[in-house]
Amino acid sequence: MIDLSVTLPGLNLQNPIMPASGCFGFGREYSQFYDLGKLGAVIMKAATGEARLGNKTPRVAETASGMLNAIGLQNPGVEKIVETEIPFLSQFHIPIIANVAGSTIEEYEKVVTVLNESTDLAAIELNISCPNVKEGGIQFGIDPEMAATVTEKVKKRTRVPVYVKLSPNVTNIVDMAKAIEAAGADGLSMINTLTGMQIHLPSKAPLIANKTGGLSGPAIKPIAIRMIYEVKQHVTIPIIGMGGIETAEDVLEFLLAGADAVAIGTANFLNPFVCPDIIEQLPAVLKKYGFTSVKEATGGAHQ
Amino acid sequence: MIKKEAMKIISSKQIATDTVEMVLENEYISNHATPGQFLHIAITGHTLRRPLSIAAVDSKARTVTILFKIIGSGTETLATYQVGETIDVLGPNGNGFPVQTGQKPATVLLIGGGIGVPPIYFLGTQLKKFGIQVQSIIGFQSRDYVFYENEFQALGETFVVTNDGSYGYKGFVTDVLDKTSRFDRYYSCGPLPMLRAVSDNLRGNEGYLSFEERMGCGVGACYACVIPTEDEAGYKKICQDGPVFRANEVIL
Repeated sequence: MIDLSVTLPGLNLQNPIMPASGCFGFGREYSQFYDLGKLGAVIMKAATGEARLGNKTPRVAETASGMLNAIGLQNPGVEKIVETEIPFLSQFHIPIIANVAGSTIEEYEKVVTVLNESTDLAAIELNISCPNVKEGGIQFGIDPEMAATVTEKVKKRTRVPVYVKLSPNVTNIVDMAKAIEAAGADGLSMINTLTGMQIHLPSKAPLIANKTGGLSGPAIKPIAIRMIYEVKQHVTIPIIGMGGIETAEDVLEFLLAGADAVAIGTANFLNPFVCPDIIEQLPAVLKKYGFTSVKEATGGAHQ
Repeated sequence: MIKKEAMKIISSKQIATDTVEMVLENEYISNHATPGQFLHIAITGHTLRRPLSIAAVDSKARTVTILFKIIGSGTETLATYQVGETIDVLGPNGNGFPVQTGQKPATVLLIGGGIGVPPIYFLGTQLKKFGIQVQSIIGFQSRDYVFYENEFQALGETFVVTNDGSYGYKGFVTDVLDKTSRFDRYYSCGPLPMLRAVSDNLRGNEGYLSFEERMGCGVGACYACVIPTEDEAGYKKICQDGPVFRANEVIL
């Protein structure tokens, strides 16, 4: 019997698989395909202080082994999310993680304060790394001092553990991780998308209306693995790994690099069943490589 | 309900320049797809599916006909798929053209542009079955891109327009609106600038528009294909709420 369970701050996971923020909405659409109760947890689409309409279209473009997106944090606002989305997800009895975004420290504080009203929230994923909004967001994700400040402020306001989502768009990911750990984060989630661009030949202009977008999908997996491996050597807080996972073998690679659990994003678009499929295949893959549990595999590449 | 299905290719042929007609076999989708809905098709080697519209359904033969234009590497690859192969499809997606909504129209005008022509054809065949009188305007870049002219003629009076005038009337679909006779409702599908011109020209008429957009998930989860609206939410999702909208429901 292979043990898939993982216990992290605020998160008792029956398995290490969760859909990544922004690729799964608030779960409603994918709940038509399968029982979301099978998942380890669910990470909701980003919540901001007020409703946001997001960027102009086109918002997505396919690339070699990946895609660019610039949605622009479109969401109904944190109050609506607490009122209607969290209650919907709570019926599945899996940990619910809220992705929190903002343009200013005050907005981050407001969002987590409103989220405190919900008794069904297990943790927060602090989004300091969205590359697709004009102001804020990304600045917090590329400056260790600003990242530490927003982490501290949010920690003071929230009742639940905080996982800070790291941006890969930095020179030194370890400095960011260390600053965030020192600021009191309960965990890290990594990586967010890499800023990219595609020029549309017929119009001779950037294809995405926002011009730049975040690159995701298998194209970024080696970068995610490298960054998790490096960060794991310097921090002790747990890591939720993500970036291009498509298979159970990919999950094991993330675990070996140092992830305690993983999130799956872009792959949901091609296969709506990718999360339950991987959950089903993971025991055999762990067994094949000599592991009896997920916990045993975490950090296995660091010998 | 959207299902993930395997569809077997029964035939695949080029019917106009860069335009491929493919007949696919699948019981579930042939029984459930309505005009205006789309299939979200996985293509080997591609991260994202491609949303393609439906041109015909034959539930007895359990087949669905799709039409697509070769405009990039995804559709290029799809065009090389051989008869007998199966493709991985999500479908049927979205909400199609309302036919039974409100008072049943006696006469309708169909307006299709380019690769927006196939869903309008599927709709036309259904309207005719309901005894509704159909007239159509179909627009293409030039003579070599024209398809389904005879099929539309079989539905009712049809005006063919080409941008360069190499076939039929010269200009845009809106240039022949004055040649049509009175209608109770119109339905249109095509590129955004065409839909904008159609809805401007036909302001005051009851109309439904079907939109094309680059999509991510195709099921409403990723918010890639949104369109601004006048209502409180401020937007709708093309893949899930559409791709068909009332002409006065969305901001063009």
